[in-house]
Amino acid sequence: MTEPATAPDYAGLVREDRVHTSLYVDPAIFDTEMDRIFSNTWVWVAHASEIPTPGSFKMSHVGRQPVIVTRATDGRVHVLLNRCRHRAGSVCEERRGKTSVFVCRYHGWSYDLTGKLRGVPHGVGYDASFDKADYPLAALRVEEYAGLIFATFRDDIQPLEEYLGRAKPWIDLFMKQGAGFGVKAAGAHRFRFHGNWKIQLENTTDAYHFPIVHRSFLTSLDDETEDQFDILNQGGWVEDLGNGHSVMVMMPNLIDLEANLDAPIPERFQSLAAELARDYPPDQVRRIVRAVGGTGFNINLFPNIACSMAFFRVLRPIAVDETEITHMAITMDGGPEAANRARLRLHEHFQGPMGFGTPDDAEGWERVQRGAAAGENLWILLNRGRERDVSAETGMRAAYQMWKRMMTA
Amino acid sequence: MSALEDNARQAPLRRVELQEAIEFIWLEADLLDAQDYLQWLTLWTAGGHYVIPIERDADDHAAQLNIVYDDASMRAARVKRLMSGLSMSASPSARTVRTVSRFRRLDDVDGATVIRCAQHLVEYKYDRTRTLAADVTFRLVRSGAGLAIERKVVRLANSDDALFGIGYLL
Repeated sequence: MTEPATAPDYAGLVREDRVHTSLYVDPAIFDTEMDRIFSNTWVWVAHASEIPTPGSFKMSHVGRQPVIVTRATDGRVHVLLNRCRHRAGSVCEERRGKTSVFVCRYHGWSYDLTGKLRGVPHGVGYDASFDKADYPLAALRVEEYAGLIFATFRDDIQPLEEYLGRAKPWIDLFMKQGAGFGVKAAGAHRFRFHGNWKIQLENTTDAYHFPIVHRSFLTSLDDETEDQFDILNQGGWVEDLGNGHSVMVMMPNLIDLEANLDAPIPERFQSLAAELARDYPPDQVRRIVRAVGGTGFNINLFPNIACSMAFFRVLRPIAVDETEITHMAITMDGGPEAANRARLRLHEHFQGPMGFGTPDDAEGWERVQRGAAAGENLWILLNRGRERDVSAETGMRAAYQMWKRMMTA
Repeated sequence: MSALEDNARQAPLRRVELQEAIEFIWLEADLLDAQDYLQWLTLWTAGGHYVIPIERDADDHAAQLNIVYDDASMRAARVKRLMSGLSMSASPSARTVRTVSRFRRLDDVDGATVIRCAQHLVEYKYDRTRTLAADVTFRLVRSGAGLAIERKVVRLANSDDALFGIGYLL
């Protein structure tokens, strides 16, 4: 294989206020991203509630690599490559479930929840030097913050909490929509679009598109809610939180869901409030109802997870021009059924392959990828934005500066 | 029409014949491919639910996250959105051609019938042709001289896999 005469000048492809089109379309850049970004930092793999008890597991990905996230008998979380150490067969093909053992169906090697190799059929075929302790499932480093579980291939990078840094207080605020019950991942919409992963990364911090792309969603709302979603005119802003993370505040009155609990209950939630009042005291009813609608901000955590108003958005790069998105619904863990149903219906309204919002987003992102086939020397503009403007492209600039830092490290 | 047939027509719980149900389901499929959504809305009972679950074996759809869980008002809002011209995934929308077959009656009580069938749908938009296969279950009830949908559950073969933006109705 011949090396290119000169490696791409990654630093030159990202300027303060624009990035080069090749970041969307060049397969070689994509391969390098998988190596220098996704194999070199904390990548989100699960929410703790998805693997609630010992033996629970789910399949996930770190970059392009399939992993299994398990909770072992001692309650600890392990993230293991889904690949048998013998001849590479996958050891798990169930998206989630409970088990005590992962078995490679090719030759029967079996592993426990920590990845330890337990059984090798017909072991007499190996010589005396063969030691099962040498062949556990390859394990990643795992750390957790506020129920968000991240993994990394790197043992020598900073701890997760340090990496999240100034995003942590926002994550704490986001989790208040558990309303004291705790946040539970409650099903997910998954879909793919034919476009680069960074188009979606940008979108989580893009208020500018909302009234244009989502007009048909807005017209499906009652007047009060439509006013609430008039996000360009609520006094919001975007903040660079460091390490490529950012927050976009769209509805400043919904930053802290436990503040202003005396505010009137919106009309759309009044019948729910009446129903809850049968089982809960008034102050708790207000807290629950406030939490049902979610927060008023999006946290974009570089490179693959967002805490977006009322749900988790996970992106998974498939190829330079293909990305898989998971929109994970959130309910209150053990909370009132009526409130949790209301949350599910709200999620279905906007999200998912047939939501009132997602298909228009996906179409928009695909049109970016189709458009980026033209003008190979043109640039993607990120120069929008004053201070304290919710439609500023501050969050995108933050993400691309992190991209540049990692790609040139 | 014989007197016997006439009496049967007026009986409140007259049985839904399989052929009658099949023709009704074909009509619905044709309206959806033609995107005659306003006409489609009239096929439903007021309390009817249109459901596209994520988990194929889910029973209690209201308690789970679905792709679609529409009562009458959400159906009307969905149709309004698709016809608004404001949604770029729906205008232009993909062209669809669907075939419904393999009809089997699962239940038949009190003037209502439950039919399970197979649907193959092909969509085309912007250089791309894709297919979606589904098991569809209808609960149909008598409504005046004809039938109405009380429940339609579309279980996609790949319902829990990654899908794509769908700018039309299944």
